[in-house]
Amino acid sequence: MIRLVPPLVALAIVLPVLAGLAGTLAAAFGHLPALGFTGPTLAPWRDLAALPGLGRSLWLSLSTGLGATALALVAAMAAAAVLWPRLSSGAAARALAPLLAAPHAAMAVGLAFLLAPSGWLARLASPWATGWQRPPDLATVNDPAGLALAAGLVVKELPFLLFVLLAALRQLPVAQAMAEGRALGYRPAAVWAFLILPQAYRLIRLPVFVTLAFAVSVVDMAILLGPATPPPMAVAVMRWMVAPDPAGMLPAAAGAVAMLGLTALAALAWLAGERLAGIAARALPLAGRRRVPVAPVVAGAAVAGLAWLAGIAALAVLALWSVAGRWRFPDPLPASWSAAAWARPAAGWGEPALATLAIGAAVTLAALALAIAWLEAEDRGAMPRARWIVALAVLPLLLPQVGFLYGVTASALALGLPGGAAAVIWAQLLFAFPYVLIALSGPWRGLDPRLPAAAAALGAGPWRRLFTVKLPVLAGPLMAAAAIGLAVSVAQYLPTLLLGAGRVQTLTTEAVALAAGVDRRLAAVTAVLQAVLPMLGFALALWLPVRLFANRRGLIGGGAA
Amino acid sequence: MTLALEAVSVTRAGAAAPLFAPVSLTVPPGTVVTVMGPSGAGKSSLLAAIGGHLGPGDRVAGRVTLTGADVLALPAEARRIGLMFQDALLFPHLSVGQNLAFGLAPGVRGRAARRAAVAGALDAAGLAGFEHRDPATLSGGERARVALMRALLARPRALLLDEPFSRLDTDRRAELRRFVFGHLRQAAIPALLVSHDAADAEAAGGPVVRLHPA
Repeated sequence: MIRLVPPLVALAIVLPVLAGLAGTLAAAFGHLPALGFTGPTLAPWRDLAALPGLGRSLWLSLSTGLGATALALVAAMAAAAVLWPRLSSGAAARALAPLLAAPHAAMAVGLAFLLAPSGWLARLASPWATGWQRPPDLATVNDPAGLALAAGLVVKELPFLLFVLLAALRQLPVAQAMAEGRALGYRPAAVWAFLILPQAYRLIRLPVFVTLAFAVSVVDMAILLGPATPPPMAVAVMRWMVAPDPAGMLPAAAGAVAMLGLTALAALAWLAGERLAGIAARALPLAGRRRVPVAPVVAGAAVAGLAWLAGIAALAVLALWSVAGRWRFPDPLPASWSAAAWARPAAGWGEPALATLAIGAAVTLAALALAIAWLEAEDRGAMPRARWIVALAVLPLLLPQVGFLYGVTASALALGLPGGAAAVIWAQLLFAFPYVLIALSGPWRGLDPRLPAAAAALGAGPWRRLFTVKLPVLAGPLMAAAAIGLAVSVAQYLPTLLLGAGRVQTLTTEAVALAAGVDRRLAAVTAVLQAVLPMLGFALALWLPVRLFANRRGLIGGGAA
Repeated sequence: MTLALEAVSVTRAGAAAPLFAPVSLTVPPGTVVTVMGPSGAGKSSLLAAIGGHLGPGDRVAGRVTLTGADVLALPAEARRIGLMFQDALLFPHLSVGQNLAFGLAPGVRGRAARRAAVAGALDAAGLAGFEHRDPATLSGGERARVALMRALLARPRALLLDEPFSRLDTDRRAELRRFVFGHLRQAAIPALLVSHDAADAEAAGGPVVRLHPA
């Protein structure tokens, strides 16, 4: 039975991704039999080249993605250097948790409500500081240069990068490196720059490249905060794909291939930047430099602080709007309160909330089962333990989503699979599975191998060892991985939109659709729910193991043995 | 039951040469044979090979028999060869009583009979009434005694001891040696002890075998 795991993983995860890539490439050259197109032809590329503002769209995607990721990483590093000795890991996790859990779409809606000309910031500063009696005519969001989009990406990516950076630092002998470096005459900032951060960065490269690929190709946040004409490239491709006219499908494929190229370009640029930074970190101390300027560290930490505040304020203004009655510009707070938007689930948020929960539960269970099967197959020698296999599973996170979801949608069409909830679950699984696998594999492989050996010596077969020893001992990490899977599922916009074929509305698609509409309260309720659902998942994952194992000190706080 | 090793050697996954030169030995019932060697000599791997706990890709050469019957082809859970580790590994998610019941031979049927068997084992270990304790609250010596009882309740045909005394202080060590070796003699089980402490071998009273590099 365990022998079936490798082919199952190949069929469920690897094949769709590869088929998606192949399908996208074929369609880009005019071959899409499901819609009656047979190539090869260069016409899709000519249509793509004729897209108004193509150069601008490409540049927007590249510049906002690269710029936001670079700024978020530098600010996260500065914040880590400033906070490291002062902040316990628990306090850091608590401060970052709401921002980590809130999906991009909810955060973008909140930031729009915060930064827009009629947003909370303008209200708080008006009229006493600005003199504005009505919202000013300024492009503070959806600005043509994509600054609001880049800011939104920084607000969302910075907490993630800081979180993984702090986790990496905990694996390194930071205090020792600091003592050794200072004994050699290096200022603390120089010890961070030359000794500690280069080591820590090596441990977080995968999350950094995942962040970069996502930032370059983000769709939901780009719709909400980015410019509309011309839009970032991923949004342009998405518009073609959901347009009623199937003729747009071929140039959309060319655009999706262009997104793949653009993401590769961003990754190459990033690799070059890595190389330069590495050379500097090695060469400067050899040349006798014992200090680095402190101003950039202070500036980076300030950016991080500001981004954190903006994120918290964005979530707060969502909560405010969801219960606002009358709230006229420029009042700093609503004049009256109302639960009307919450009281009428039928008006718009009820069904999407249920759909989100049901799809999220299915995706989480499937991802968890697949990850457990994968790791157990590894333990039993049925699954080769090689880097390239893991790389295949993680591939969906390193590619632009439009780049292969296009082909996945096209393949589903070609196979006659109807779009709908099942297709959405499957598409979301492609993204939830790698996260769940990564989250679970550390604790799983860290489990003391003598525990299952002791069980085997007592006569327990492989299945009994799995269900009565391994899984209960790993209950904490399993629930944490499940919470991550749920958060990833709840956050998915593009897979839901494309594979749902217009029949599946989740909180995410609704939040994006409603944000541009007139009913701010309903949009706020939807976004609040979208943000709260993952948070509840994480809270449950922390609380449940403590509750279950209240009388088992060896399991809570004491590691697995 | 007699445990016999004939020219047994272990090669780890990816390695070209075995960890140690082939070992042959015979352990009659109620006897404790001590295998000695410096750390890294492959003592734990030898026990893992006998018990069936090697990782995927590790290879065993030679024969391991229990009263003549080859066990190497059997999966670990079918060999009925008990294990006792250095820090007396109890399952952290189970109570002391549940740990004992986990190993209790399936032949003991009925709730009352199984509960009585567990209580009897705890009594024999001087730990009467410990059923509902969290293993994490036990002292090192108490954990070791529970681990031995858990192994014996499974009615093993042989027992493997992986430096079970090395984490204890000197007084406790002597006391626990008497406890463990006494129970093994009484149960007439062949036992293989690996250690780098000569005092363990002396207390075990059986033959001593040294592991040599291949």
